[in-house]
Amino acid sequence: MRILIVGGGMGGTILANNLARRLHREMRDGKVAIQMLSASDRHMYQPGLLYVAVGRMMPQDLYRDQASLLEPGIEFHVDPVEEFELDANRVKTKSGKAYGYDVLVIATGSRIYPEGIPGLEEHGEFFYTEASALKLFRRLREFEGGKVVIAVGVPHKCPMAPLEITFMLHDYFKDRGLLDKTQLHYTYPIGRTHGLENVAKWATPEFERLGISYETLFNLKEVDGKRKVLLSEEGSETPYDLLISIPAHRGMEVIEKNGLGKSGWIPTDRHRLNMEGRENVYVLGDTTNLPISKAGSTAHFEADTLGENLAAMIRVGAPVRDYDGKVFCFIEAGKDRATYAMFNYQNPPDPKPPTQAMHWFKMAYNQLYWASARGIL
Amino acid sequence: MGDDKVKVVDATGSFCPGPLMELIGQLKEMEVGDVLELLSSDKGSAADVPEWVNKVGHEMVGTEEKDGVWHIRVRKLK
Repeated sequence: MRILIVGGGMGGTILANNLARRLHREMRDGKVAIQMLSASDRHMYQPGLLYVAVGRMMPQDLYRDQASLLEPGIEFHVDPVEEFELDANRVKTKSGKAYGYDVLVIATGSRIYPEGIPGLEEHGEFFYTEASALKLFRRLREFEGGKVVIAVGVPHKCPMAPLEITFMLHDYFKDRGLLDKTQLHYTYPIGRTHGLENVAKWATPEFERLGISYETLFNLKEVDGKRKVLLSEEGSETPYDLLISIPAHRGMEVIEKNGLGKSGWIPTDRHRLNMEGRENVYVLGDTTNLPISKAGSTAHFEADTLGENLAAMIRVGAPVRDYDGKVFCFIEAGKDRATYAMFNYQNPPDPKPPTQAMHWFKMAYNQLYWASARGIL
Repeated sequence: MGDDKVKVVDATGSFCPGPLMELIGQLKEMEVGDVLELLSSDKGSAADVPEWVNKVGHEMVGTEEKDGVWHIRVRKLK
């Protein structure tokens, strides 16, 4: 049984390690082989970019060598896939090699897509790549006051990020003595301040308490950089001095180029996690088209389920459980307070008031992530 | 109605980002004139979706509830 995992992020790494632990005997006896193909030899802790933007983590803190995170016996290649030949059970890579498989898992993740909004790439600041997070850090260091607008595209990775950057910026400007010269203005696509009703119920009074203005039903249509004005699909205009955007995301180009899913999202069964119409192809994390959070946490819990199921299918011929939609998200509520949201397909979350203890738990998790990727936590 | 190209988006169980966010994201990728049918288990969607659709200038085609799931049809007009 040859298991091929394409993508060395959170989902692919947890799955590979989970399977290697469960199937070490079968791997030793030559009955199971696990291969991973990735575009990079390094693994990035993506949530750390938020802290890089406000100068609380350095870029080098975010990386580990991917090979160092993998269990012995997993064959790892830095060789991105260029062609998926699903009917022939094989992929072709950049180096020109072909890799066959019995089971394929696609976990290629997502990327920001600011190009979809005229003017956004040139005039907006982001924190979803190392370069853009550092650029935002420098812009914030030079900032002397004015109107800071947060603009949110759909769909985007980590639905908590718009709130977190807003609350963290509030405390950042406060610490630097700039709060009285700064107006923080939060915008959001739907008719409340967050997609989760209970999170919106908590966030809206927080905005009011902290003097953060907000505008709901705001979907960015265009950035007029000359006039420094944002135009929304809903017909409003909002001036800005500093534009910080959570841009819309797309799946990876290779997914779209191979016709596996529009905009790079692969149609996926919400419980079994197989690609629709394919029994031996599975999809994890941001790469799915599932209507749940695009976040490392989602990939983590999906990978746990899939690891258990694939191992059971090899040993007893059938999967043992369904993925229930579980997601757990920390929510930074400033520089030293945080809360969390936990939910699944059936049960909405009920976030509690933020505490310092939860913030320190999040700080600890920023390090524990590496244990999590290894499949230990 | 019979000739409409209808795309069904199953957003049942979507607490985060939420059914309306799913609809906004999916509608962007569709052609003008196409109809999207959103399935939502959140009764709030029956009010949230028309509010947004009217504000942006798309068209509400219809809404009905079947076995606790709201079927909300929207035509993309721009």
